[in-house]
Amino acid sequence: MDKVIAFPMMGNYYVPAKYLFSRLSNCKVLDTPKITSKTIELGSKYSPDFLCTPFKYTLGTFIECLEDGANTLIQMGGGCRYGYYFELQEKILKDLGYNFKYYNLVSKGHTDIYEIYKKLKEINPKINIFKSLYYFLITYKMVKFMDYIDDYVRKNKAYDISNKFDKMVSDMLKSLSETKGIISFIKTKNKYKKLIKNIEINKPNNNIKIGIIGELFTLMEPYANNNIEDMLIKYGAEIKRFTTVTYLLFEKKRKSKKYLKKLGNIKYKMGADAMDNIYYTKYLIDNNYDGIIHIKSSFCTPEIGSMGIINKMCEDNNMPVLFLSMDSNTSNVGFETRIEAFYDMIEMRKRNE
Amino acid sequence: MNKCYLGVDIGSISTKGVIIDDNYNILSSNYIWTLGNPIEAVKKLMNTLTVPENYKLCGIGTTGSARKLIGLMLGANVVKNEIIAHAIGTLSFYPDAKTILEIGGQDSKIIILNNGIITDYAMNTLCAAGTGSFLSSQSKRIGVDINDFGNLALQSKNPVKIAARCTVFAESDLIHKAQLGYKKEDIVAGLCKSIVLNYLNNVGKGKKILEPIVFQGGVSKNKGVVKYFNEILNTKVIVDDNSHLMGAIGIAILSSKENHDELNLNINDIKFETRGYECKGCSNSCEVIRIFKDNKLIDSFGNKCEKGVVEQFNK
Repeated sequence: MDKVIAFPMMGNYYVPAKYLFSRLSNCKVLDTPKITSKTIELGSKYSPDFLCTPFKYTLGTFIECLEDGANTLIQMGGGCRYGYYFELQEKILKDLGYNFKYYNLVSKGHTDIYEIYKKLKEINPKINIFKSLYYFLITYKMVKFMDYIDDYVRKNKAYDISNKFDKMVSDMLKSLSETKGIISFIKTKNKYKKLIKNIEINKPNNNIKIGIIGELFTLMEPYANNNIEDMLIKYGAEIKRFTTVTYLLFEKKRKSKKYLKKLGNIKYKMGADAMDNIYYTKYLIDNNYDGIIHIKSSFCTPEIGSMGIINKMCEDNNMPVLFLSMDSNTSNVGFETRIEAFYDMIEMRKRNE
Repeated sequence: MNKCYLGVDIGSISTKGVIIDDNYNILSSNYIWTLGNPIEAVKKLMNTLTVPENYKLCGIGTTGSARKLIGLMLGANVVKNEIIAHAIGTLSFYPDAKTILEIGGQDSKIIILNNGIITDYAMNTLCAAGTGSFLSSQSKRIGVDINDFGNLALQSKNPVKIAARCTVFAESDLIHKAQLGYKKEDIVAGLCKSIVLNYLNNVGKGKKILEPIVFQGGVSKNKGVVKYFNEILNTKVIVDDNSHLMGAIGIAILSSKENHDELNLNINDIKFETRGYECKGCSNSCEVIRIFKDNKLIDSFGNKCEKGVVEQFNK
């Protein structure tokens, strides 16, 4: 039986993921379907009710992929309950009668290139270490480049005069997905690096700057957060988001130690990204941001632990903060009211400073 | 000719409308039930509000959960969320207010003010615990008219304890207490108290509630709830005679700040209709809400991409 690979959906990261797996596995890699209301419906139906929504989203995506003919599923674990998704999802999907192999590339929240290589070797025994390293390197560079562009877009999209960012980003993703080797990647990279800098922006001096922090999946998948970034950009805000795949996979181990030291009053990491988010709060306060939005999926335990501390820090420093819990609800009227009011409040405060 | 401005606040339970002049005096106002049909409610409301002689209507604002729809229907020049509207409305009467407690039909909020600026706010999250709709559904259950609720609660000397955290628990508590034979007024008083406790534990959690405190929204008309706010906060909350209209007044004030010539308002003979539609453009299957004015599509929302926009449908 030919292997057909599928992996969960999160933001635009399907482009480098598909690139890596298709180069290394020599198998067909499915185009993961974008998350829709059908995905979350499927996911919720077969998940324990009190599990967080990322579990439901990824399970829904896997069911859709299995229906499309996938038989090799790839999941990446994390430093919270996410780390146990693998076992539970495998069991649920097997109980549903699907036939597949399931691989967890990142376990216990650590990225170990050699471990990943070993697992990929199971999928495709023909790969060698040099070829793997070569494609790992390109994928790493691609993710890093995408995060760099995204960061620039978040900072400047609200002030884009000619409305060119959206088109540019979708063109870029298309070019990236057609990457062959390192040379074609560097060509694409240089092209879009130059293009993005040439987009005319008109940023006022005292623009409103909002930091978005919270649980990783809900932050990075626009469907899961009701497209909060675009909403804020439409109002005219500059956005800072720290959580990216570059950070989680390649920088977290090193940087989180530094953050812990800088925070001083926090003695241990509190699980997942809770401590990181507390550090980001400190950063946003120190750098005179105008507001913080903390967003998480319902029942996200590490973030619940961080919320109290973040709330106190914001209160002490007179920093507006909005906590949002996302679940599988589809109407976003109430969500919009809260975001709009938060933005108006910040604007009012700023005008009266 | 003097100028006047219309503000409409369309909530889940009630629809409020005011007409104010340049000095924020109320020229005409009304409060009716929405009954799940905002379009009909606003039509009814507009029949009862009158622009006085020698006045011309120069601004229309809408707020509340149906603000988008009604804003389209009335051709409003300002459509804003209810948090801002409530704050602006309250500040025009109580410029030194520090805290606004608001309990409405489906949501409740707290707004913290400092020198006339909103500095913080919180709103109830996913569920409707401790809001007006809970009170009105329970009043039906125990057979007390919602208008008599407050007065009945004041008669109680011994309010029953009712779980304040969650509506579902509160309701089962309530049923059990009723079956144990508690007096009606004690149960009603217990309910009022649970609303206050729920509000302070959920919405008001971690917020500094400083005086002067203004209490508004439909539930502020309930004397029982006011009594327990005073008792628990150990102070006296201000309840304005127009506390239920504050959102509408606020949005009318906001509309007055934008300069406009006379606006024409005629909605009675026009048919408005909302039709839901599941877009088949892509796998997102957005539920697109389309607003028709005399069978002509005037706007749509709920779409995630440009496939759902108005022009596409008009083609």
